[in-house]
Amino acid sequence: MSGTTADSLVWLGTPSFPEAARTAVADGRLRANLRGATRTIRARRSTLAAELSDWEELRTSAAAVKRNALRHLDTHLIRLEAAVTAAGGTVHWAADAAEANRIVTGLVAATGEREVVKVKSMATQEIGLNEALATAGIRAYETDLAELIVQLGDDRPSHILVPAIHKNRSEIRDLFRDSMAAWGRPAPEGLSDDPAALAEAARRHLREKFLRVKVAVSGANFAAADTGTVAVVESEGNGRMCLTLPDTLITVMGIEKVLPSFADLEVFLQLLPRSSTGERMNPYTSLWTGTTDGDGPQDFHLVLLDNGRTATLRDTVGRQALACIRCSACLNVCPVYERTGGHSYGSVYPGPIGAVLTPQLAGIEHAPSLPFASTLCGACYDACPVKIDIPEVLVHLRARAVDSKRGPVPTAEALVMKAAAATLATPHTLTAAQWVGALGGRLLSRQGVLRSLPGPLAHWSRTRDTPAPARGTFRAWWRRTHRQEGR
Amino acid sequence: MSSRETVLGRIREALTDVPDTETHDTVTVPCAYRDSHADADVTGLFMERAADYRATVTRTHDARAAVTAAFERHALTRVVVPAGFPDEWLPSAGTWQRLCDEPPLGVQELDTASGVVTTCALAIAVTGTLVLDAGAGQGRRALTLLPDYHLCLVRADQIVGDVPEALRRIDPRRPLTLVSGPSATSDIELQRVEGVHGPRTLDIVVVEPEGQDMGCAEPKCARAERPTVPLFPGGPQERPVRTRPR
Ligand code: SF4
Repeated sequence: MSGTTADSLVWLGTPSFPEAARTAVADGRLRANLRGATRTIRARRSTLAAELSDWEELRTSAAAVKRNALRHLDTHLIRLEAAVTAAGGTVHWAADAAEANRIVTGLVAATGEREVVKVKSMATQEIGLNEALATAGIRAYETDLAELIVQLGDDRPSHILVPAIHKNRSEIRDLFRDSMAAWGRPAPEGLSDDPAALAEAARRHLREKFLRVKVAVSGANFAAADTGTVAVVESEGNGRMCLTLPDTLITVMGIEKVLPSFADLEVFLQLLPRSSTGERMNPYTSLWTGTTDGDGPQDFHLVLLDNGRTATLRDTVGRQALACIRCSACLNVCPVYERTGGHSYGSVYPGPIGAVLTPQLAGIEHAPSLPFASTLCGACYDACPVKIDIPEVLVHLRARAVDSKRGPVPTAEALVMKAAAATLATPHTLTAAQWVGALGGRLLSRQGVLRSLPGPLAHWSRTRDTPAPARGTFRAWWRRTHRQEGR
Repeated sequence: MSSRETVLGRIREALTDVPDTETHDTVTVPCAYRDSHADADVTGLFMERAADYRATVTRTHDARAAVTAAFERHALTRVVVPAGFPDEWLPSAGTWQRLCDEPPLGVQELDTASGVVTTCALAIAVTGTLVLDAGAGQGRRALTLLPDYHLCLVRADQIVGDVPEALRRIDPRRPLTLVSGPSATSDIELQRVEGVHGPRTLDIVVVEPEGQDMGCAEPKCARAERPTVPLFPGGPQERPVRTRPR
């Protein structure tokens, strides 16, 4: 794995999940913003999903299409490349972030332009494209409203779909008032914090850029291998502006986004909007195949990005995370996300999907705490439109995280796990251990909670409030109570 | 080795568990989902669903009268009319100026136009979606993007039930835009605001052939008066499991 993969995907210098979560949970305003937002969107999603009686069948098909696409990924990418090329586009291959950035920077430089407009794209965030372009003297303007908010605030995204979910209206108003002028048209005098007024200010601020800038960079939601058609799903129309008005369009797409056929879109265009924004259909979906004379960009480049995806593909359990369509439903239903927010995950990909995707893309040694950032409650799996078994992958990665730390000296966690395995192996030792635990635990606990555990357990318990062991063991209780019932 | 070969090589190495006998075109996937969630009245459903997005939807036999009314309601003065739009649907000349896209209009001209009037390729009832494919009467994509007002005429026979049928009917090689209501954002406290970058107002006129009974013909009547028909009377219909070869 190249260092560049981890560099932009995982925010270096940010605290590990448990530390960041502790700070986030203590932030009352953040928690209120998050609670309101995730509740609203959860309710909408479940109403709209329930409207389709065959929701489960759609999920089953979507999961099968994605998994089969991954099983023959090489063939589908070659088919896609041929179809896009035949339709007048140019396909590039990037093994890692640095190479993708080099390709995009080179393409922009070749046009002679010094600025680009951007459609919201996880892939370009993952590779740190804006920073790479800036180094080359090229300014990238984010045009999605939430991305604009993040960019103006020199902030980081905290949600896949609504990256500025952590900010409320008055924070956004202040930001527009203070920072818009540095990026172009300033915010109007006396701007209020009414969302409609804020959206209007963004419209005016971005409009002159859409009309002027000659190069656009986008991501892709899907690409059909048989026809070479690329799809971008959006709401605001900023996507259409970028995909339609400039002379040159550069699309950076993770290799896992390919679908075997155009017909497969019938499944995903039903599942994605309902799972994502809780709408029957998002306001705008753009589908384009190569270039069209007299309509839209005459120069189209598709950059196919690996950047850790093939490493993820190698893991037969973990590879299902590559089926993700970035709907963000798993974030909105996750009790951990609702309380900690997206920044705690320290990665471009937050929430349950981030907890399984980030360590795989970046290498588990770069995000060893993320697989533990979950209660394994399973809500994410139930919500996922492509049926990614996130809890299964989490458990699998926890084992890998423990393994990866197992150097010459075993870590506390590894020791505990090993001891636990030995203890659980026979009923006798389990009973004995439970009695020791019950007695010892009582001695250490205050108000029924163990703040710190002794010996090798101290490190583990620092980030957890461990309930004090019960006075007796379950097995003892069972024997006692059931004997009374005459057994 | 080129990056193309590197990436393809890594993929093949990662997929050693896939048997050689399995190829991309022999794999089948279950397709037990319904082909359509629409009921028999696709026009009524389309109007209801499009109105849900706060598009104004009218149903008429007299397209010209409906278009004239819309032009007056929005006081349109300079209107983009793409090549191939039926002349008989346009208001008689007078208070408005027709902007033709031949030679192509500049972005500034489009930006300052007061509106655009188009036809569409298809409409989808269940999702209330217009499908534009840059064909006759629709023009290139920028025409329906920059003006702040879009009036779209849909012939009743262009309305299909659901997404799968629509995708089967469209030509993927054309530049396609699926439009479901005016542009919108929910980025600020998840509160929906209509009209960000695309046209802030979307009006739709459904044109019925003469002699067709239309029920109510007033704007936005669809949502108010259409009885709520349960989408799946009598529970889900059984559809045979389609297994698509691929
Ligand atoms: S893992 Fe599933 S639920 Fe989560 S963002 Fe991806 S597709 Fe959506």
